[in-house]
Amino acid sequence: MPKGVLVDITRCFGCRSCQVACKQWNDIPATPTTFSNNWDNPPELNAYNWTRVGYHLIEKDNQTKWRFVKTQCMHCEEPACESACFTHSFVKTKDGPVIYKPTELKQDFCVGCRYCMIACPFNIPKFEWDKALPFLRKCRFCNDRLHEGLEPACVTACPSSALKFGEREELLAEARQRIDANPAYIKQIYGEKEYGGTSWLYLSDVPFEQIGFKTNVSEKPIPLYSWNVLKWTPYIFVGWGAILTALYFYTKRRAEVHGEEMYAALETMEEEKK
Amino acid sequence: MQKAWSFKLTPTRYILIALAVIMLVIVLVRFILGLGVVTNLNDHWPWGLWIGFDLLCGIALAGGGFSTALIVHVLHRGKYLPIARAALLTSMLGYIIALVALLFDIGRWTNFWRPFFYWGYHSVLFEVFWCIALYTMIQVLEFGDIFLERVKSFPLKKVLGYAMTPLIIIGIILPTLHQSSLGQLYVVAVDKLYPLWWSMIMGFFFVWSAFFLGPAMVTLEGTLAARSYKRTPELPVFQSLTKVTLWMLIVYLIVKIIDLVYRGVFSLAFNGSFESNMFLIEMIVFVIVPIIMYAIPTIRTKLWGVVTASALVVVGVIFNRINVVFTGMAAQMGGHYFPSPWEWLVTLGMWSILILGYLFIIENFSILPKEEHAEEVAVSHGASVGKGVPSGV
Repeated sequence: MPKGVLVDITRCFGCRSCQVACKQWNDIPATPTTFSNNWDNPPELNAYNWTRVGYHLIEKDNQTKWRFVKTQCMHCEEPACESACFTHSFVKTKDGPVIYKPTELKQDFCVGCRYCMIACPFNIPKFEWDKALPFLRKCRFCNDRLHEGLEPACVTACPSSALKFGEREELLAEARQRIDANPAYIKQIYGEKEYGGTSWLYLSDVPFEQIGFKTNVSEKPIPLYSWNVLKWTPYIFVGWGAILTALYFYTKRRAEVHGEEMYAALETMEEEKK
Repeated sequence: MQKAWSFKLTPTRYILIALAVIMLVIVLVRFILGLGVVTNLNDHWPWGLWIGFDLLCGIALAGGGFSTALIVHVLHRGKYLPIARAALLTSMLGYIIALVALLFDIGRWTNFWRPFFYWGYHSVLFEVFWCIALYTMIQVLEFGDIFLERVKSFPLKKVLGYAMTPLIIIGIILPTLHQSSLGQLYVVAVDKLYPLWWSMIMGFFFVWSAFFLGPAMVTLEGTLAARSYKRTPELPVFQSLTKVTLWMLIVYLIVKIIDLVYRGVFSLAFNGSFESNMFLIEMIVFVIVPIIMYAIPTIRTKLWGVVTASALVVVGVIFNRINVVFTGMAAQMGGHYFPSPWEWLVTLGMWSILILGYLFIIENFSILPKEEHAEEVAVSHGASVGKGVPSGV
């Protein structure tokens, strides 16, 4: 059964334990940080920071309030990166994680074209720009821990139970329960339907668009879009080929029958126009 | 009798060679130390100058090859034959440059051969990659016909002669497919690419514009080649080609409007945003103005008129590709990107090699049609191949 994580934004207080746990478990090197006009640190996700808590100052009930949003790969049910990659380096596993085969399974077919970065609706895959032969890096849903029956490192580290790991279906049921029990929640589970659904699900008490989420997005999985245009390729190949071949022999014969005359007639027409 | 190969070096050519050498050095550094050292590409802008300009625009500009092949070899419009070889040559060189640009741009370049063996057919990039690779090969074979006129090998030429018809037909299908799939690459960027450009039929827009760009490109380079080799431009050919471009531009405009209205985003073109202004420039200056210029006989029949309109069409297609890659994606990608000096130099170097290759082939193979006064020019320049060294190039 596919796993998921439910992120309850009302419970997060921005301690960044998840960021530290992620670095420790995945053995990612520390990176120099920079000032941003906010309290977030690091300012952005990159090849060496796979998760990050974003700090959002919002107006709610005439008060200024903090909301903290953990971001990482959403692990789409039907990932855009998987459909975009022509070496099939990103795959969705049956447990839920979307993994990158060159680092995860040592199946290195990736050419580093970065089309996945163009394709991902959440701008998640990041590139090791400083390496000579760079990999794409992103949250791997602690694929190895899941195999051992453990939770992802960030979930284990979370002290406020803002993160809950479990079966995706059960988490959806629980999310609906929480929404029904408390009117403060926005009546939406982000990730339930977005782009065909994601393994990571979010609950919030403030509108999602105010805390950096992309809302009003397509509920159709992105791979369907490209498949809907790609599926015509064989027909175009055969059909266009047939048309061209027919045209080739038809006009060749016409040229032979009329010989010089056809071109002569055309030339005269041109002359007359001038 | 085999004539000697000739390539006279002029000051301009020394500069081009120098640019090419500089490029090779930068590329070497890039291969050893990585993309981050040489380029300004970043996580917000994974695709930059090399993909946006060298690959997407280069391939589009090479569209002259397949539209001319269709008109001359499939529709047998013999009067366009004089431009067919030049169109094939530019197209072939354009594709080789695009493939080389791609090799420079991919991060794990040591894996460049993997996609030949690992088939991710669910990806648009799979179609792009295979079609471009195969079509480049086919163009080299088509060019082989011209090559073997000079380097005599009759058995080879005979075999190639038999294969030529299927080659030409496949050589039109493949570019049709990948020109459209270059557009379809961005179908995946739904909710990212600005809706004025994003469309399920981006593939149609890309292949259609690559096709109507063909005659315009042939006109431009024909005029340039004529000027530098002191020949008379094939004005009648250019003029009758304008009909093709004119009708295709009109269809392009109509389909574009229908597409925008159908998706309910037509009003976005007038909301005053940066994207909408760029879109309006693209449609008015580079589509509607050329339509008007091509439609008025007094402009169309003059050399300056047909050349100006063609230049607008060519720049317009480049403008469109740049809008798709940069303008339309800027809001969603965030961050900042401007090509580093090194990126510019590599691009310059690649186009220098293209020009050098073009000049060498033009001067050593029979690409441009035979002309009465070509001999005089040759004598006046003292060239040995019977073709003049271009003035100023």
